[in-house]
Amino acid sequence: MLRKILTILSFLAVISVSAVHADQKKIGFIYIGPPGDHGWTYMHDQGRIYMENALGDSISTTYIENVPENADAVRAIRKLAASGHDLIFTTSFNYMDQTLEVAKEFPDVKFEHATGFKRTDNVSTYSARFYEGRTIIGHIAGKMTKTNTIGYIVSFPIPEVIRGINAFYLAASKVNPDVKIKIIWNYSWYDPGKEADAANTLINQGADIIVQHTDSYAPCQAAEKAGVLAFGQASNQEAFCPNSHMTSIEDIWGPYYAAKAQAVVDGTWSSEDTWHGFKDGMVEMSPYNTKLLPLDLILEAKNMETAIENGTLHSFEGPIYNQAGELVVKEGEVADDGMLASMMFYVQGIDGEVPQ
Amino acid sequence: MSIELIIGILNIVLISTTPLVFAGIGELVTEKSGVLNLGLEGLMLVGAVTGFITLVLTGNYFYSLFLSIISGVILSGIFAFLVLNLMTNQIATGLALTIFGIGLSAMLGKKLGGTPIDGLNPYYFIVISFLLVFFVAYFLSKTKIGLIVRAVGENHNSAYALGYNVIKTRYLTIIFGGVMSSLAGYYISICYAPMWQEGMTAGRGWIALALVVFATWKPWRLLVGAYIFGGVAIMQMNLQAIGVKLPGQFFNMMPYLATIIVLVFISSNKIRLKLSAPSSLNIPFEKNQ
Repeated sequence: MLRKILTILSFLAVISVSAVHADQKKIGFIYIGPPGDHGWTYMHDQGRIYMENALGDSISTTYIENVPENADAVRAIRKLAASGHDLIFTTSFNYMDQTLEVAKEFPDVKFEHATGFKRTDNVSTYSARFYEGRTIIGHIAGKMTKTNTIGYIVSFPIPEVIRGINAFYLAASKVNPDVKIKIIWNYSWYDPGKEADAANTLINQGADIIVQHTDSYAPCQAAEKAGVLAFGQASNQEAFCPNSHMTSIEDIWGPYYAAKAQAVVDGTWSSEDTWHGFKDGMVEMSPYNTKLLPLDLILEAKNMETAIENGTLHSFEGPIYNQAGELVVKEGEVADDGMLASMMFYVQGIDGEVPQ
Repeated sequence: MSIELIIGILNIVLISTTPLVFAGIGELVTEKSGVLNLGLEGLMLVGAVTGFITLVLTGNYFYSLFLSIISGVILSGIFAFLVLNLMTNQIATGLALTIFGIGLSAMLGKKLGGTPIDGLNPYYFIVISFLLVFFVAYFLSKTKIGLIVRAVGENHNSAYALGYNVIKTRYLTIIFGGVMSSLAGYYISICYAPMWQEGMTAGRGWIALALVVFATWKPWRLLVGAYIFGGVAIMQMNLQAIGVKLPGQFFNMMPYLATIIVLVFISSNKIRLKLSAPSSLNIPFEKNQ
């Protein structure tokens, strides 16, 4: 209800702004959360601000925040399209069908849908290879753990999350074959209290490193309080847990947004699928914590980043077996994007089952 | 299972259940006087953000606690004025209070949201929550004012005929409930997960409401119920971490499911209903009847 009211108010704001500069290209954003979440939406908003600074007066931007992933999204996207926006970014997976629906009505407007896989002539998709960052933190965790137990807090069983768990475990077990990961599914992206409970439960069960794939910085704070180590999520979380934060995997959308906006200004935009990682700077590691990590480990991590960038290292290098012991990636090969995009199984060595 | 592990689990259960006890015991008193306040979630959020902002700006825990309580007094005072003096519909007004609280807290917290703070030790609040339940149980069953509150909740016309001030009693119980919700919110943003983020109470206000029904309006049962809800949530996390496969979605809906079962149970037994649910709950009081 509140979201509806906010959405309506935002529409009014959009309409009033749009009358001002007729020659500028107008670029709109649909956000799933508030820009102040210090996670997913925050990083998209940072990307928007980067784009504004990069392109200056040739564009103007608007955003609508807290748009639910239902029919409200159709109204929000349509409103942006109808009020003269040239390019619209829809920044959550479940805006997929809503984006396509509106895109069909407005063939001249360009759309960019984050983390989706359905494209048309005026709908592009884009995502980041966050799992490359999970390989780095897996390597660090494997070397840093003393109890050989790592606590991993996750949201929903979707391929992106499971891919992250696998990439993390493959890297951790490579440097430390005894490492075990304990996984707690919270079934929410965002509930600071529950995320803190999960972190405390894992620490209580002997985990000395906390990894999260949820959106608040509560797990990192819980780790700080208990005196164990942690990795942050989506944005640099060092300020909230300076004595336990080793590094974070950051989502960097700015250069991509600026490039796409420039393409619209130049009239060269075309529909495509983008899945970028370290190489194109869409995923970055926050500064490694020199107080916690030995220098040689930081160097190893940086070398791994370079190796992933230039293709000599891949997060999913064969041989990889699934839990049933079947070979899924052959020796000398790497997992292809099709397998990564639909990954719904754990690799061998992870305890427990993927929830259905 | 080692002793340390069990103590650790109990510790987490205590920390995570306390906000439910605060919000639940406040709402129990409000409902005992015959008023249903569905605005808990909004009250909690405003209490949480007020405490957080004050702490960031002044660095003083006492001021932040005080202003958080004041926010509860003001918001629940407005609610009381609407439902008692203007006799608006309690359900609609309570829902409006929740929606208002979500929006207001988001607006207030926008600037300072990501500021790191030092959390407060939760154990003070845990101890207070137990004392509160004891106090409310004693108050409602053993003191004269407690009996007046119950009389007003059972039959406001008779209470009024006997010379009790129905409106004033309900003002006090509504404000007590509001302050308890603010404390629950304060505890969440200052002790439980020391931060402010929009909507961070994540539905605990609704669970507290369900808890009052689950406890059939009895303070001690409320405490037990809260610890059953909290304990099951933490146990399922422990089992998951050990590697037991569990339907996590099911545990998320468990408090509501349990409440529906209790509702069915007490509504199928008229005597039990009469013993527990306040008869004047959600019925507006008009003086000149």
